Amino acid sequence: MQRVYLDHAAGSPPVPQAWEAMAEIGVRPGNPSSLHAAGREARRHLEQARESLAESLGARPADVVWTSGGTEANNLAILGGLAGRAALSPERSQLVISGIEHPSVAAVRGLLPERVREIDTLPSGQVDLDHAARLIGPTTALVSVMTVNNETGIHQPVGEIAAIARAGGAWLHTDAVQAFGHLPLDFARSGVDAMTVTAHKLGGPVGIGALVVRREVALAPIGFGGGQERKLRSGTVPVVLAVGFAAAARVAVAQQAGEASRLGLLRDRLVAGALAIAGVKLNGHGPSSSAIVNLGFAGCRADDVLMLLDAEGIDAATGAACSAGVHQPSDVLLAMGSTLAEASGALRFSFGPSTSRADIDRLLGVLPQAVHRARRAFA
Amino acid sequence: MSGGVDSAVAAARMVDAGHDVIGVHLALSKNPESYRSGARGCCSLEDSHDARRAADVLGIPFYVWDFSDRFAADVVDDFVTEYAAGRTPNPCLRCNEKIKFAAVLERGLALGFDAIATGHYAELRQADGQVQLWRAAEAAKDQSYVLGVLDQQQLRHSLFPLALDSAKADVRAEAAARGLYLAKKPDSHDICFIPTGDTAGFLTSRLGSSVGDIVDEQGEVVGAHSGTHQFTVGQRHGLRLGIPAADGRPRYVLSIAPATNTVTVGPKQSLAVSSIHGIRPTWTGEPRFERWRGLAQVRAHGSAMPAWISADREAVQVELDEAAHGIAPGQAVVCYDGDRVIGSATIAVTGR
Repeated sequence: MQRVYLDHAAGSPPVPQAWEAMAEIGVRPGNPSSLHAAGREARRHLEQARESLAESLGARPADVVWTSGGTEANNLAILGGLAGRAALSPERSQLVISGIEHPSVAAVRGLLPERVREIDTLPSGQVDLDHAARLIGPTTALVSVMTVNNETGIHQPVGEIAAIARAGGAWLHTDAVQAFGHLPLDFARSGVDAMTVTAHKLGGPVGIGALVVRREVALAPIGFGGGQERKLRSGTVPVVLAVGFAAAARVAVAQQAGEASRLGLLRDRLVAGALAIAGVKLNGHGPSSSAIVNLGFAGCRADDVLMLLDAEGIDAATGAACSAGVHQPSDVLLAMGSTLAEASGALRFSFGPSTSRADIDRLLGVLPQAVHRARRAFA
Repeated sequence: MSGGVDSAVAAARMVDAGHDVIGVHLALSKNPESYRSGARGCCSLEDSHDARRAADVLGIPFYVWDFSDRFAADVVDDFVTEYAAGRTPNPCLRCNEKIKFAAVLERGLALGFDAIATGHYAELRQADGQVQLWRAAEAAKDQSYVLGVLDQQQLRHSLFPLALDSAKADVRAEAAARGLYLAKKPDSHDICFIPTGDTAGFLTSRLGSSVGDIVDEQGEVVGAHSGTHQFTVGQRHGLRLGIPAADGRPRYVLSIAPATNTVTVGPKQSLAVSSIHGIRPTWTGEPRFERWRGLAQVRAHGSAMPAWISADREAVQVELDEAAHGIAPGQAVVCYDGDRVIGSATIAVTGR
């Protein structure tokens, strides 16, 4: 049975162009920090990839700091931003984040509970701008609001947040992992100081990401070592992965507008078909990624529906975290005002280049029965 | 799939037999770290990982089902309540009765599955349109006792693929041959929610301490204790009696009376029990209300004792041919006709 993969937001299979670019580099010696010919060759490829990625993002090459992925980039932005800002202006010690961030941002609450303020979330799934304006002020070091939410796909008003942050004198970071390749991004004109991107959500290899950060923004390093990346991030950069990332990004950006409208039709098709089932609702409203749909199933455990879809050959996701394999209620949906039951009964379906209308129809063909059985098991 | 070798091999055999198999691991604690016990418990994070790894090797889907609330209420709280009442429960049996072959099975059936397969050693036989529960071929591995609480409806949806195996060594060898890393994992013997093995300490943490008397059969105070839940009938060690018995022979716990906070001790012959009154009878098939010759077993690895057995809807009466020692209220008595399980009851009262 041909399986239907609807979990691109967790990881999208690498596109052929990324594989080809990586295969072209192949297996060769050479550390980009070395001075000899092999090192120079590796460095040439790495810097070419940096220039390419920067272009895909509307950034300058020097803005790109390679990391191991989105999590490291987010950690670097948050901890490096707080430390860097405190060194410049000690009165700015507060971090303001949204209530719907990925754990690689949100978990800073456990680490620095007294320094973190959280912006309220509207029932639509967008951050509350009025509340943001009240929270961001002279003690704010850094603001972090994601561009597209990873569970609901809802676009966040990062432009408006940028204006508020600028007025308040705070730095702004955005986690754009779910936006890159799905929305046009222009870092230089965004008003954002630092932006997280990663390769494997848009058809690149797993193991590489980047923090794009304006050179004027003096983040502090959060680890130590050779300082390969702008003395901000240490460790040998995997050249092959960087090349794969840059190639995947070129493809995604070139196809972005066409894919967004194609996937938007699939999204509409899925939403219309799913809402025809009693007790199913769409989580999140307003401008959203055409690649992510979050559906709520009343009277179900989400993981039961997930399991039944899995058995029917469909890969979906709960979107929210697991603890020891046990599905936890979604913090994002709870922040949007969902009840505990609603936050435990949601599934995320996410699309990518391989997603077709036939995939959506396969899902819609088995979804009613899966929901019916899951409800029977929950009663 | 507990994360142990038996359930992994059971799953493998179900796959081989052509079934559509999904691996399920039960999360029985809200906080798995608290049950962490190396390879000894059955609900730690490592066990969950081992079960998932086995399912991946077998190429079957794997899900963790959270039954921590049901487990806390139906097994752990029941265990504590029973001890508080001076009885000696078997939590594994309770887990089979209330969780594995009840809540888990119900959820599976509702989701569209046909049966639950486990790594228990017991045999199911089809006869007269019924499913019968029999001892496993190898007496040393037989687990029919802890399954003795299952009824016909549960047995109809149960599968025990290890039934016909003669020895654990074979199952381990099979696991190794199948590339299941957990082939060398040691067996678990402890109560999974008391990984330290310190049952008295666990009960004290839940029930507190209460100093009371240890008395002999004549009512003479011979010692003191700090909580009746720290004792089980038949226990000999840890009594710390200040006054030796008149005849100098060892003394055993004869009975426990939480109402008066008293533990009664006496010589071994006073432990002798020849009649058992069991309540809450369960039947693997049709109830047997006529008086019949059978075998009674009161512990997981206890002997099968010849007896006359009779029952009504409320109770089971067992008259043992030969008196036995250390039979405690709260234990289950499982009744066999030869090697076939007929039913079970919870021991309420014992008599000499």
